[in-house]
Formats: sequence, C-alpha cells, structure tokens
Amino acid sequence: MGRHVLLIEDEANIAEAIRFLLTRDGWQVDTHADGSDAVEVVCAAKPDLVILDMMLPGKSGMDILRELRAIDGLHDLPVLMLTARGQSRDRDMAEKAGVSRFMTKPFSNIEVLTAVRDLLAQASRT
Amino acid sequence: MPTLNLMVLVCLAYVALLFIVAFAADRLAATGRSTWLRSPLIYTLSLSIYCTAWTFYGAVGYAARSGLEYVTIYLGPTLVMVGWWWGLRKLVRVGRSQRVTSIADLISSRYGKSNLLAICVTVLAVVGITPYIALQLQSITLSFSIFFEEGTAGGYNDASVVFWVAAGLAVFAILFGTRNLDANERHHGVVTAIALEAVVKLIALLGVGIFVVWGLSGGVSETMARIDASPIGQWQMNGSRWATITFLAMAAFVCLPRMFQVMVVENDDERHLRTASWAFPTYLLLISLFVVPIAVVGLEVMPKGSNPDMFVLTVPLSQGQEALAMLSFLGGFSSATSMVIVAAMALSTMVSNHVVMPIWLSSQSDRASVSGDVRHVILLSRRVSIAAIMALGYFYFRLSGGGAALASIGLISFAGIAQILPALVGGLYWRGATRSGALAGLTVGFGLWLYTLLLPGLGGGLMPDWVLQDGPFGLSWLRPHALFGIEGLDPIVHSVVWSMSLNVAAFCAASLLSFPSPLERLQGAQFVNVFDHSSGPRGWTGSVAQSEDLMIMSQRILGAREAQELFQREAALQGGRGHLPEPTPLFLERLERELGGSVGAAAAHAMIGQIVGGSSVSVEDLLAVADESAQLMEYSGQLEVKSTELARTAKKLREANEKLTQISLQKDDFLSQISHELRTPMTSIRAFSEILRDTDELSMPEQNRYATIIHDEALRLTRLLNDLLDLSVMENGQVTLNMRDGSLSDVLDRAVSAVLAGAEGSLVVRRRRGSEEVQVRSDLDRLAQVFINLIANAQKYCDAPQPELTISVHDVGGQVVVDFIDNGSGVPEQAQSTVFEKFFRVNAEKAGGAGLGLAISREIMLRLGGDLIYQQGQSGGAFRVTLPLAGQEAAL
Repeated sequence: MGRHVLLIEDEANIAEAIRFLLTRDGWQVDTHADGSDAVEVVCAAKPDLVILDMMLPGKSGMDILRELRAIDGLHDLPVLMLTARGQSRDRDMAEKAGVSRFMTKPFSNIEVLTAVRDLLAQASRT
Repeated sequence: MPTLNLMVLVCLAYVALLFIVAFAADRLAATGRSTWLRSPLIYTLSLSIYCTAWTFYGAVGYAARSGLEYVTIYLGPTLVMVGWWWGLRKLVRVGRSQRVTSIADLISSRYGKSNLLAICVTVLAVVGITPYIALQLQSITLSFSIFFEEGTAGGYNDASVVFWVAAGLAVFAILFGTRNLDANERHHGVVTAIALEAVVKLIALLGVGIFVVWGLSGGVSETMARIDASPIGQWQMNGSRWATITFLAMAAFVCLPRMFQVMVVENDDERHLRTASWAFPTYLLLISLFVVPIAVVGLEVMPKGSNPDMFVLTVPLSQGQEALAMLSFLGGFSSATSMVIVAAMALSTMVSNHVVMPIWLSSQSDRASVSGDVRHVILLSRRVSIAAIMALGYFYFRLSGGGAALASIGLISFAGIAQILPALVGGLYWRGATRSGALAGLTVGFGLWLYTLLLPGLGGGLMPDWVLQDGPFGLSWLRPHALFGIEGLDPIVHSVVWSMSLNVAAFCAASLLSFPSPLERLQGAQFVNVFDHSSGPRGWTGSVAQSEDLMIMSQRILGAREAQELFQREAALQGGRGHLPEPTPLFLERLERELGGSVGAAAAHAMIGQIVGGSSVSVEDLLAVADESAQLMEYSGQLEVKSTELARTAKKLREANEKLTQISLQKDDFLSQISHELRTPMTSIRAFSEILRDTDELSMPEQNRYATIIHDEALRLTRLLNDLLDLSVMENGQVTLNMRDGSLSDVLDRAVSAVLAGAEGSLVVRRRRGSEEVQVRSDLDRLAQVFINLIANAQKYCDAPQPELTISVHDVGGQVVVDFIDNGSGVPEQAQSTVFEKFFRVNAEKAGGAGLGLAISREIMLRLGGDLIYQQGQSGGAFRVTLPLAGQEAAL
C-alpha cells in the first residue's frame, strides 16, 4: 500500500503545518488549495488518503466528498474531514455523505497523525 | 197622549234593545261564525248615519222653507257613491293597509306621521262637529218639547231638557263606544246597532210619508196635485247655492269623522263598497221620497207659525195618530243617537290618540311601558273626551240660542269639515303633496271658515255686529260676509268659495315650495300607489288558510320541526283538533314574539301583518325592518373588521416569526462564521506551537518561520476580535462619533500613506488635488478608517498587471462624493450584492482579513450620515463614498 496523502486546504499555514507533520511521519503529501477542481485533482492523483477542509473557495468540502463517493473505485477512499465551523449538524451531514473521520479545528498534531495512521491501517486491512 | 215619563221609558227601552243587539253582535263576532254581520247590507245600513236628525226632521223643514234645495243634501253622497266609488275604494284600501283609526290618523299618516297635522285635523273636526252635535241636541229637545207641550202644561224648561239629553247621550255614547278597547278599532256591535237604527228611521219616515199620502191626501194623484199647487213645487233654483251645497255634501260624506269611521275604519271587506254604491243611493232615495209630500201637507194642515222642522212629528200627532207619532219620534231619536254615538266615538278616538295620549305618554315616559295601565288610561281618556265633546255641543247650543234652523247649522258644520278634503284627496292622488302643504291648506281653510261662517253664525256676541257691518278695524274689504269686496253672495257660498279656493291654493303652493321628508315621500308613494302595494280584495277575517300560510312562513324561519311543534302546542292550548290553531290575536302575538326572536320584531310584525292583515307592509314596518337589517349589517361589518384585524395580526405574527427564524438562522450562520474565523488562526497557532515544542531537530530558519506564523496568526486573531467588537458596537448604535471639521484631502493623505507605507505591491494611487479641497464635518478618524479599507482592498484585490486606483471627489446634490475606482476586473457581478455582507471575501487566497472590512466601512458611513455603495458599470472595482458637507448635520 502506498503512503500518498492529498491535502485539500485553503489556509496556507494550516496546510504547511499538516504537510510538515505527515512528511516527518513518512508520508508523501500533495497539497491543493481550491475546491472547484478538487474532484479532478483527486481522480488524477489517486491518493491513498484525502484530508479535506470543509470551507473551501469554489466548492465546499461536503460537496466534494459527495461527488467523490459517487465515483466508482472511490467508495472506500479514506477521507479525513476538517472543519473550523464547530457545528454538530456538519458532522451529521458529513457522516451521511460517507466521511471516514471528522475532526474539528483546532486539533492537536498527534490527533491528526493518529487519525491518518488508523485510516490507512483500516484501508490496508480490507 | 203619551206623557213625558212614557217617552223617557220608551227611549230607555229602545236604548236597552240597541244594547242587546250590540252585545249579541259583539259576541257573535268574537266567535267568528257570523257571516251576516259582515254582509254588505249591514255595511250599507251603517252608512246611513249620514242621515241624522237633521235629515229626519230638518229635510222637511228645509223643503218647507227653501223648496227642492234639500235634494242637494242627498245628491252629494249619491254622486260620490256612484261617481267616485273607485276613489272610496282607494280610501278604504289605504285605511286598511295603513291601519288608520280615524281621518286625523289617515292625514297624519299620509304626511309623514305628523302628529301636528293630526292635532290640526282633530281640532278642526271637533270645532266643525260641535254645531252638528248641538243640532242633534236641538232636534231631540224639540221632539221632546212637542210631546211635553201637548201633554202637561207649564214647567217645561228648555235648557234643563237639553242638559239631560246631552248627559244621557254622553252616557249612551260612552257605554256603546268605549265598552271595550278593540285593537283594530272596529266595533261590530255598534255597527249592527246602527244598522238597526237605520231600519227604524227609514220605516218611521216611510210610515209618516205613507200616512200623509194615502191617509191625509187620499192617494198619489191628489198629493201630486197639492204639491203642484204649493210654492215648494216651484222650481226656484239658486244655481250657486245648489252647486255649493251639493259640493259640501259630497265633501262631508267623505270627510266627516263619523262617515270615515263607518266607511273606512269599520269596513270589513272593500267589496262591500260595490253593493253600497247602489244600495246606499237607494236608501237615500227612499228616505227622501216623502219629504216634499210631508212638507206640503204639513204646511196645509198645521197652523201658521208651527215649526216645519217638526212636521214629521206634529202632523201625525195632530191627526191623533199617536202610535205613528211614537214611531216617528223613535225614528228621530234613532237618527240623533246613532250620529252622536259614532261621531263621539270617532272624535274621542282622535282626541285621545292625538292629543291626550301623546301628552300623557310624554309626562309618563318612565312608566309608559306598563301595558295594563295604558289600556286603562286610553279608555278613561276616550270617556272623558266623549263627555267633553258632548259638553261642547251643549254649550254651543246654549250659545247659539237654539233658534237657528236645523239645516243651516248642518251646513256650517259641513263647510268646516270640507276643509279636510284638499289634503285628503291630494294625499291620495298627488305624490308631491307635502306636510307643509297640508298644514297650510288646513290652517287657511279652517281660519277662513271660522271667520266667515262659524263666528258670524254664532249668536251671543262672539262676533260684534260692527265687524259684520264694517269689517275689523274699519277695513271693509275684510268684512266676514264680503271678503275682498265680493258682495251679494249667499254667506255659505261666499265662505265655501273663499275658504276652499284659498285652502287648495295654499295646499298646492306650500306643497310645491317645500321638500317632503323621506318618510313623507315613502308614505306618499304608499298612498298614491296603494293598489300596487297591497293585496287584492279579500276578507279580513281569520281562516284556516291563513294558519297554513303562517305555518309555511314559520317553517322557513324557525325550521320545519320547531314550527310544527309550536303550532301543535298552540292548537292544543286552544283546545282544537288538528295541527293548525285558529289565528287568534293571542296566538298571533305569541307567534310574532317567537319569530321576532329570529328575524327581529319589526320584520316579524311585518310578515305576520302581510299574511293575517292581508294588508301591505306599512312604511313604518319597512323602516323598522331596514333599521334592523342596518344594525345587523353594521354588526357583521364590525365582525368583518375584527376578522380582518385578526388576519392582519396573524400575518404580522407570521412575518415576525419568519423574521425571527431568519434572524436566528443568520445568527447561527454568523456564529459559525465567527467560529470559523477564530478557529482557523488558532489551528495554525496550535499546530506550529506543538511542532516547535515536539520537534527537536528544527533548524533556526524553520523555528523562525514557524514562530513568525504563530505571531501573524495571533495578530490576525486580535484584528478579528477588534473588527467584531467594532461592528457590534456600530450595529448597536453605541458608537461615539467625534465630529470635527476638516479638509477631505488631509484625510485622504493620511489614508493613502497608511496603506502604501511599508507595504509591498505596486498600487499607484491617482488623485486630483484640486477637487479635494472640501471641508467636511465628520469623525475624521472613522472616515480615514473607511478610506484605508477601500485603498487596502484595491491593493489586495486589484488584478491588473499595473494596478492603479483613481480617487476623485465630486459635489453631487449638496453632498460630497468620493469615488474609488481601480483598473482591475472589479467585483464579479453575482457578488456585487453581497460585497457588504459580513465575512464576504472575493478570493480566499488573497484574504488577509475576515471579510468584515466593507461591512464595517458601510456601517461607519451610515453612522456618519453618508453611504457606501458599489458602483456598477465601471471598468474596475468602483466604490463610492457619500458624505454630507460641513455645516450639514449628520443624521445620527
């Protein structure tokens, strides 16, 4: 199994922090900051895991997730969703849309690392 | 020779007989089974009260004095009956449909229920009839005196006899006319008694006539020869008197209160008029048949100087025919009593209804609703009225000295009563006739009649001789018998011509000049078009058919089952078989109450009246119904208003609720936006501070960079919080503005240098200094904050290769306008409407702030009395700031 993570996040600083963390943990991290073409980017990059911010310019993370889940072969793609809007409604919606893990900002670094590791471990087992 | 005692006894016995007849007739009428009581024959006979003692005794005297002129008295009614039966039919129909109780009531009813008019007619009638009643007193007294003089000599006191006759007649009239109070003012008993009296007087006169023709003269041809020989047979016609008296007789036949009573008020069925139109003239013909023979023979047989008025009595008496004389006496007595009874009844109804009761009611306004009491009072007032009217007659008799011939007293009376005619006929046929017209005509006619006929005719010095001779104040043209210099006319003709013509003239003129009230107009239409408004001729009596009609109507109003139950209950109460009760007054009253509960009292009354009365709905009823419906409509209108109010309130509440929901949603949205804006920098800060803490092998540049990020993000948080507080304060209106005068160019200088100083980027700001020299009164720091925000936005978002911002100042309509236009692509069209929303950002990549800048700027400008808008149609991003000039107070 690969260790390729695609990080879709418009906040440059946050993207840099997560990239730093995951790179140090041995993952290959690509970043993308725009929502509008995110689905195409995912399809093209074929990552092992996607970290998706909820509030993106162009298209919301929720819409991107729904579109991804509708694509053949991407049903089981692990998606870790991050949001700064602390609303439980968002969590419910995301779970309905088929999110693998939902995480509220701000998070501790170890939480992100653990989540990524867990998700990839689950993916490799199935 | 009968003694006085015997005479009195015979009179009392006769009166007792009349009582028994009246009582029996009333009983019969109450059971409702007596069809003969309501026959046209009884009606016709009752009309014969036209023939009073004047006719009975006076006609012979009249003939003896003036020849054939007496015929005019019979000619008038005959002409009316034959030639104007359709007018009488209209009168009867109107009287029935308007439920009138007297001629005063009819006139008042026609002219808008004016009680003033009713009083007027009542006074006129009382004054006019008083001589007539005196006439009856005189004739009875005379007839008594005949017997008395023949019987016992001496001790005869004329005045005291008159008094006792008057008192007796008063008691008689009271007993007859006010025994009970009939709601519809119909007296079957009295009418029947009068019919009997009519027969008695006809038989008496015919008896005397037959005796004279066959007993004294020896046959028809001999009688004719005697007539030819006598001066009575000469045709000495005074044309003007003939025409005048015929006219007076016609008018009196219609207008006399007692004639109105029997003809209209007591009428059971207007079809009776058809019979009466030939039967009554026949009666008149029969009663006048032997007048001339009696007069001629009387003049021959009786000694010179004997009163020709008493020939009917004295001729048989002189021939020793005591039984015939007695019959003749009873005939005269009948004529007098029937006239007095009906006249007193009619007059007392008028006096009581239009004079006494209004006064009594107004003085008893609190307790007037006690119904039992009122009945008692009405009866009492009628009795007193009858007594008063008889007293008036008595005093007139004393005053006039009792010397005048019967016929001339009667004519004075007729002329007075005839004054009602214009108002009556005008009211029936002319819709334009008004209350003022009727009042004017009556007053003028009445006044002239008083002045030219009644007062001069009265003895006793009521009108001094010099007035008659020279006119009042020496004005000869005002002489009562020669008004306006017209002399040589017979006093009756003179008076009638003047009073009637001026009466008609005043009536027409005042009617044309005045405007009728709505009620008058409606009543006028009801009277003139009575045949359109009321149902056709049918009996007024109750019948099962009416009960069925009532049932059908009640079912519509109360519902089928309720109505049936009510009718069955009532039928059981009446003790009858079957489901339909008799339409007795009691039942109708209850039914009216029952219906009134559903449709209102006035409507119920009108409906029942329509069916039972067979009468048309009166205007009063209609007005009452209209009143009730108006109230209902008003009530439903109020309900409607209330329900619209409720609907409006509900709508407001709904809108408020929607607004609240929206606000709540906006608040949630706002909170989650703030949450996002706060959490985002905190995420970076936390992540990098953990990296710094947990990672040992970080290089110095890395440590530096991450610390800088933490620092910047912390600043961003601070800025965000400041902006939020700013906005919150601004939106709540709690901001304190520091208003100062200052130069616009200074503020712009400060703003431009604040943005451009130390910032990377290549934005070029172009300004036109000349136009910027404007003094403004504003919070200059806040204004600078707005300008800084706009310039910084241009710096951040202008996407031209060589970004330029042009700042230009204009004066537009007394306001300073500052335009900020850059050469970039501007705000996308779909975002232009939301550009001032909180947390709006065109492009997240370049976002330095939280998207609150424009929202705050706009809020500031509104507070400063200006505005901030995005200008469409410019090449690039274009914002326009508007602010008031110095000297104009900011609208805070």
